[in-house]
Amino acid sequence: MTVPFLILAAITLAGAVAAMTLRKLVHCALALAVSLVGLAGLYLDLGAQFVGLAQVLVYVGAVVILIVFAILLTRGDEPPSPRVGRAVGGVVISACVFAVLAWAIVSGGAAQGASAASLAPISDIGHAMMSRYILPLEVVGLLLTAALIGAVVIAMEEKRRTK
Amino acid sequence: MLGIGIMKGLVETARNFFGSYTSKQRLTTVQFPDERLLQPEATRVFPFLVYDTDDWEKGLRCVACKICEVECPPRCISITKSADKKPDYSGIYSGKPQFYPEKFDIDVSVCMSCQICVEVCPFEAIKMDNAFELSTDDRFGGLLWQKERLAKPNSYYQAIHPTDAAESDAALAEKKAKAEAKPAAAAKPAPEKAGAATER
Amino acid sequence: MTTQAVDQIFVTIKHWLVFHSPGVIQPAVSLLLSVLPLLIIFPSLFAVTTVLERKGLGRMQNRYGPNRVGPYGFLQPLADGIKALIKEDIVPIGADKLVHFLAPLLLVMTAFLEYAVIPVGRNMVVADMDSALVFFFAAGAAMEVSIFMAGWGSRNKYSLLGAMRAVAQMISYEAPLILSSIAVVMIAGSLSTTTIVERQSGFWGVWPYHWYVFTPWGMAGFILFMIAATAESNRSPFDLPEAESEIIAGYFTEYSGFKFALFFLGEYLGMFAISGLAVTLFLGGWAAPLSFLTFIPSWIWFFAKLMALIAGFIWIRGTLPRLRMDQLMNFAWKFMLPMTLVVIFSAGIWRFMPSGVVRWVVCAIPIVLLYVLLGRALMGGRKLEKRTYRFAE
Repeated sequence: MTVPFLILAAITLAGAVAAMTLRKLVHCALALAVSLVGLAGLYLDLGAQFVGLAQVLVYVGAVVILIVFAILLTRGDEPPSPRVGRAVGGVVISACVFAVLAWAIVSGGAAQGASAASLAPISDIGHAMMSRYILPLEVVGLLLTAALIGAVVIAMEEKRRTK
Repeated sequence: MLGIGIMKGLVETARNFFGSYTSKQRLTTVQFPDERLLQPEATRVFPFLVYDTDDWEKGLRCVACKICEVECPPRCISITKSADKKPDYSGIYSGKPQFYPEKFDIDVSVCMSCQICVEVCPFEAIKMDNAFELSTDDRFGGLLWQKERLAKPNSYYQAIHPTDAAESDAALAEKKAKAEAKPAAAAKPAPEKAGAATER
Repeated sequence: MTTQAVDQIFVTIKHWLVFHSPGVIQPAVSLLLSVLPLLIIFPSLFAVTTVLERKGLGRMQNRYGPNRVGPYGFLQPLADGIKALIKEDIVPIGADKLVHFLAPLLLVMTAFLEYAVIPVGRNMVVADMDSALVFFFAAGAAMEVSIFMAGWGSRNKYSLLGAMRAVAQMISYEAPLILSSIAVVMIAGSLSTTTIVERQSGFWGVWPYHWYVFTPWGMAGFILFMIAATAESNRSPFDLPEAESEIIAGYFTEYSGFKFALFFLGEYLGMFAISGLAVTLFLGGWAAPLSFLTFIPSWIWFFAKLMALIAGFIWIRGTLPRLRMDQLMNFAWKFMLPMTLVVIFSAGIWRFMPSGVVRWVVCAIPIVLLYVLLGRALMGGRKLEKRTYRFAE
C-alpha cells in the first residue's frame, strides 16, 4: 500500500466513478480515458513497462478515440436517465461481479505482492510470443484482420446502398 | 515514375531559396516606404491647379470657366467664380484681365482620377498630379482640398510629366502668339466665351 | 578542456550539483536538473524555428520573411509572444469549459513527455527505459485525445469536423510510423533508444557505416518515417485539419491568445520530438558523421541533425500543395502501409545475409519493385504532364 499505488488507485477509481455519473457522454468517455491512464500507471508501478506503455498506446490512443467517434456518430448528448428498478439490478449484478473477481484475485495468490525478480523484460515477452504463444498471436492477428475486412465491407455496403 | 514531380518542385524551391540571395530576379520585393518602384511618366492620381511665376494667387491659370466642374462625372469639383477680374500677372492672357475662381474645391475622396477635367480644360489650368501618399486623419475636411492646396507651380508640372508639360507649354505659347497676332479677332471671342460659361 | 570533457560538460555539471545538494532532496534535484534544460531549450528552439521558417518560406517564395523586428527580423518571436499574451482570451459561451481549457495543456504536456526518451548526447537522456520507443508512441497517441478535446470543447461544428479529420489522419499515419520504426528495432534488437544509438556507432574508415539510413531498408524507412512524421505533426502538405483557407483554423478556431500560442507550441514541439526520434533511429543519434569530426561534442551533432531535418520540413512545406483528405488517407493506407511492410521484410533479409554489396542490392530489390508497381497502379494511368499556360506564352 505505497503512496504511488494509492494515488494511482484513486485516479483510476475517480475516473471510473466519473465515467458512470457524468451527464454528457463525451465527458464520460474522457473520464474513462483518465481511468485507463491510471491503470497504465498501476502497470508501470508494478514494473511492467511494456504492458503499461502498450496500455496507453492502445487504449488511450485508439480505443478511447474509437469510443468517442462511436458516440459522436451515433447518438447525441445525454444518456437516458435510469429508473430505480434498473439501478437496483445494476448494483446487485456489479456486486456479484466484484465478489467473483475479488475471490479470483485473492485465491490466485497475486495479492501477496509481486517480487522484483518476476519483472519481465521485453525480450522475454518477445521470445514467449514467438515460441510458446505463437498460435494465440496468429489467431489474434487473424481476428483483427477479419474485423478490419468486416468494417471495410460494411462501409462499402453502405456506400453502395446510398449511391 | 512516382515522385518525379515532387523532386522537380523541390529543386525549383531550392533554386528560389539560394537564388534569392544572389539575383534580383528571384527576390522581387520592393520594401516600401524605404524603397520605391519607379512610376511611369503618365501616372495620374488627383488633379492640381497650375500657376505660372511665383505667386500662386496672381499667377493661377484657372479663369473659373467651370467646364471641368460640369464635365466631372462624380461632380467632385466645386467652383465659385469671382465677381471682379484679376490682372494678367503672368502674361499668358496677353495682358487682358480675367475672372478667377474665388473658391475651387476638389473632394478627392470622390474624385475617380478619370482625367476628364484635364482633357476639357481650354486653358491648361488643371493637370493630374502623381502623389499618392495622401492619408489624413481628419475625417471631416482632410480630403476636401481648397485652392491653396491644389495650386502647384508649372515647374512642378514640368518635373513630374515632362512630355505633357512640354506639349502644354507649346500649346499655351501658340495660343498666345495667335492672340497677339490678331488682336481684333482675339478680343471678341474671349468675352463671348465667358458669357457662354456663365449662362449655364 | 579535452573533447571528452566538453562532450560531457552538462552531465558533469548535473552530477556536481546533485552531489552538493542535501541528501533528502537529491532525487528531486536530479529530476529537476534533467527536465529543466528540456523545458528551456526546446521552447527557445521553437521560437527560433518560427522565425527561420517564416524567413525560409519567404525566400522560397521570392520575398523577404519578417525583417523589421530586430536584426534581420530575429526578434519576431518576441513580438509574437507579446501579442499572444496580451490578446483577450475568448471562450465561446456554450463551450465545455473544462475540456476547452484542458486541451492545450494536455497537448503541450504530451509533447514534452516525448522528449524524455530521446538521447540528446552521450549519456544525456532523461529516462533510459527498456521500452523507450513504446513510450514515445504512447505519448504521441495521447496527443490525439487532446486534439479531439480541442475540437469538441469549442462547440463549433467546423472545429469538431476539423478535429475528427485530424484524429483520423493521425491514426492512419501512426501505422506506417510505427511499422517503419519496427524495422530498426528488429535490426538493433532493442526498443531502447540509447541501445539503438549505440548500435549505429562506429566508423568504417571515414564513413559512418552503421547508420541505418545507409541501408536500403533504412533509407526507405527513413523517408516513410519522415512522411508519416509530417502527417503526425499536421504539417504541410498534410495540414488540412488546420488549413487557414479550408476550415479557418480547424480544431483550434475558437482559441485565441495564449491558448492558441500553446497549440502552436505543442505542434512544433511534436515536430521536434519526432525529428529527434528520426535522428535517433536512422541517422545515428548523437554520433558524428565523419570519423575525423568526433572532436565536436555529441549534443552539437544531435542538434545539427535536428535542424537539418527541420530545414527539410520547411522545404517541403514551401514546395508542396496541400493534400485533400481522401488523397491523404489513400496515400497512408494504399501506399505507405504496403511499403512499410516490404521494408520490414527487406530488413529481415538483411539480418540473415552476410554483409557486402550483394546484401545491399538484394534488399533494395523488393522495395524498389514495390515502389514502381504501386506508383504505376495508384496513378491510375494518368501521367505527369508539363503545365502549359494558355495566355502567358
